Amino acid sequence: MTPVKINTGRLRTPFYPRLAELDCLNTWHNWAGYSSPEALYCEDMEYFAIRNSTGVFDITPMTKYRITGPDALDYLNRLVTRDMRKIKPGRVAYAIWCDDQGQVIDDGTIFHLREGEYRLCSQERHFAWLTTAAIGFDVSIKEETVEIAALAVQGPTSYSVLKNMAIDGLDALKPFGLMHHQIFDTELMISRTGFTGDLGYELWIDPDKAIDLWDALFEAGKLHGIKAIGTHALDLARKEAGYLAPFEDFLPAETTVRTGRTRSPLEIGMEWLVDFNKDNFNGRRALLKEKAEGSNWRLVKLDIEGNKTADHSFIYSQEKNNSEEIGFITSATWSPICKQNIALGTVRTPYGKPGDNVWVEVYYQREMHWNRVMAKATVVDKPFWFPPRRGATPPAPF
Amino acid sequence: MIDKYDAIVIGAGHNGLVCSALLAKAGKKVLVLEANNQVGGAAITREFAEGYSASACAHLLYQLQPQVEKDLNLNLKLASKNMSTIVLSKGSEHVSYCGSKVTGVNDSDQKNFEEFTKRMTKFADLLKPYLNKAPPRLGTKNKKDLFTLAMLGFDLRRMGQVEMREFLRLIGMNIYDELDERFENPLLKGGLSLDSVLGTHLGPRSPNTILTYLYRMAGKHGEISLPEGGMGSVSKALSDCAEAAGVEIKTNAQVKKVLLAKGAATGVELNDGTVYNSEIVVSNADPKKTMLELVGARNVETRFTHRVDNIRMKGNAAKLHIALNKLPTIKGFSDADYGQRILIAPDESYVEKAFNPAKYRKSSPQPIMEITFPSVNDDSLAPSGGHVMSAIVQYAPYKHKSDWNEEARNNFKNAIYNVLKQYMPDIESCIHAMELLTPVDLENEFHITGGHWHHGEFTLDQFMFVRPVAGSAQYQMPIDGLYLCGAGSHPGGGISGASGRNAAQVILKKGNK
Repeated sequence: MTPVKINTGRLRTPFYPRLAELDCLNTWHNWAGYSSPEALYCEDMEYFAIRNSTGVFDITPMTKYRITGPDALDYLNRLVTRDMRKIKPGRVAYAIWCDDQGQVIDDGTIFHLREGEYRLCSQERHFAWLTTAAIGFDVSIKEETVEIAALAVQGPTSYSVLKNMAIDGLDALKPFGLMHHQIFDTELMISRTGFTGDLGYELWIDPDKAIDLWDALFEAGKLHGIKAIGTHALDLARKEAGYLAPFEDFLPAETTVRTGRTRSPLEIGMEWLVDFNKDNFNGRRALLKEKAEGSNWRLVKLDIEGNKTADHSFIYSQEKNNSEEIGFITSATWSPICKQNIALGTVRTPYGKPGDNVWVEVYYQREMHWNRVMAKATVVDKPFWFPPRRGATPPAPF
Repeated sequence: MIDKYDAIVIGAGHNGLVCSALLAKAGKKVLVLEANNQVGGAAITREFAEGYSASACAHLLYQLQPQVEKDLNLNLKLASKNMSTIVLSKGSEHVSYCGSKVTGVNDSDQKNFEEFTKRMTKFADLLKPYLNKAPPRLGTKNKKDLFTLAMLGFDLRRMGQVEMREFLRLIGMNIYDELDERFENPLLKGGLSLDSVLGTHLGPRSPNTILTYLYRMAGKHGEISLPEGGMGSVSKALSDCAEAAGVEIKTNAQVKKVLLAKGAATGVELNDGTVYNSEIVVSNADPKKTMLELVGARNVETRFTHRVDNIRMKGNAAKLHIALNKLPTIKGFSDADYGQRILIAPDESYVEKAFNPAKYRKSSPQPIMEITFPSVNDDSLAPSGGHVMSAIVQYAPYKHKSDWNEEARNNFKNAIYNVLKQYMPDIESCIHAMELLTPVDLENEFHITGGHWHHGEFTLDQFMFVRPVAGSAQYQMPIDGLYLCGAGSHPGGGISGASGRNAAQVILKKGNK
């Protein structure tokens, strides 16, 4: 028998050749089985591309499921907490889904591509859950992650970059809208979505045309400061936008073992995504009960005094008394654009109402020695970064 | 037309009737909707050939709970009671047992049988009180549940160390090993094997078959009787009782769906579009049919749906009805013997071998049978001179390789003939008409998913706290106002009425709060 070599290593996305050319740092990590760069040449410069010009991030590894069939809408409406009947074709919904106990499994975006045809994108894989949830529905669920190459094109000049590619109808594309465009003898799907909280788009195409798309995009953007970016820059941007990352700001319920470690949508600030007026969605009974009885946890956005990043810090209700520990930080960073020391955290109710002050215990190291500071923090309501250009239609040209 | 009731019961099976009667006795305005043209669900007597009638599914009463009879003042007419079980031999050396007495075996088997039944009765008595109340929830702080659990532990311990150990040893075990250890006579072992696997997808070597045996004993210590007029008369008595209590019963009224609003039941809609409103809907249908069809998966949670979808309930028992010109000859049989419960299960391995093909979606080439000639003590079932044979025949898997096409049915019929002929040589000359109901037929006729007349296998993973599925063992489904009252809920199958009675108690208790 001739041995057959099976490649069990990491996959490369169709954009890999272009990313590899640009890469100076060799900091690849595993994202859902794909090699993905943490940074390509300089994390800070990549971040500023998002905020000042255009950053391009390869989101091909994002898990994608195609959901079709006569019951597709009913199926999704039972799956997620928000009302999917309101999401017309050509629109995208940010959505969250829960287990039977109303604990968050993951969040993601659902693209209503055409009448009755949907794509669900998420950070984590969920085929088992999606299949189980399909019992009793006439629906087909197909993982199509490898069949679609995708790029996030984010930043203030992103509109002008795409404009240079002569994409008709882009002016009218509103946030959370999607459109189709014929290019390279194939269909390019463009959605005005992203994970940066800024003006931006995501482009979805046949993997065979990925390189063509990349080249056309970078050609169109060469006078608009277009830069490829890695995960670290994106992670910083998402914290500024107040977006949550699974396994950091919440744990996917399906993979969490210990009780009390998962969170409900009400506990991570997602009540606006929960439509109790729907007849049913998974977790509705549990969430109604929680709403009546009160939640245990609350997600907070914190504006922290000083400039010491509050990574993994405990949160206290008072400065002096450490027994009043009320929670901890899940994501923290210094925000270059806001010039703020920001963080996302989880605290026990009733603490953490917007406007409340809490205390964050920050440890930091100076030449081997550890120091500790109790930094005052204010709970804020709005995302740290939410520029008007994010919502402007048509966006301003550069 | 819009009518409002305090409670609507879907299905007039015996449990539905018990439940409705108890609700009505407590002052509720109750409507029972039955899809078929007569009440009783699968517990009916029906004509299968001109002038010949038989119980369509179960034909013997073992388990009707005394509490049910008492609560409803039932006074059933029995054609025969305290029946013996006769295990047929090919010659005339049949083995017969009744209670703790057995004949046709040697002294040592007699002594062991007495000890065996004594112990089994004791264990069955331990379980019995728990069959007649809602099972306690595990991991709860509810005082009543904790008390019930503590009582179960206490009852177990009170038997003494030796008996408790024996109980714990046996409860998950297979009957085959236990029988082999105790007894010598193959007929006795075959008969008891059949007793343990009747109506299940289990062979005597399958774990759990002692539990099924205990469940059979937990009614009236295995005392068997034959209702006069067949099982339909039991249903008739129950429906009379329900109607006397004020229950309204509509037949030919098939429920299409349970109506819901915001996670609560509001009523039901029939196939013809008629709507009946009630904030309490009680389903006597099996859990799969209730949750996946009548309620719809979309209206309940994903994991719950998954658990319901995975309930093991593929029927394995066929029902055979034969119209006879005369009683067939069985060697060594007295007239009275024909009126007993007759088994074909020559030894324990024969029973296991009959089960083997069922695992691979084939019927048994040499089936086992539980046979009665109900017409012997009941003239109403057959024309004068004629007789009826009613038999449960195993194994006939619901998911047959051929989906029970004509050929498969004929093959199984021939297998049955061949077995019968070995014990009743003149059977062919006695047959006037015959009907064979496979689990598929039972599903179609009685709307039971998988044609499984216990509404789900009776096994440790579908027992007590986890019957029908974890998180819903106390009759309340995860829809406000929706309850199960059929055999798919605790305790399980058989004409016992316990599920219906327990459900009624839970519903009434809730209403009183």
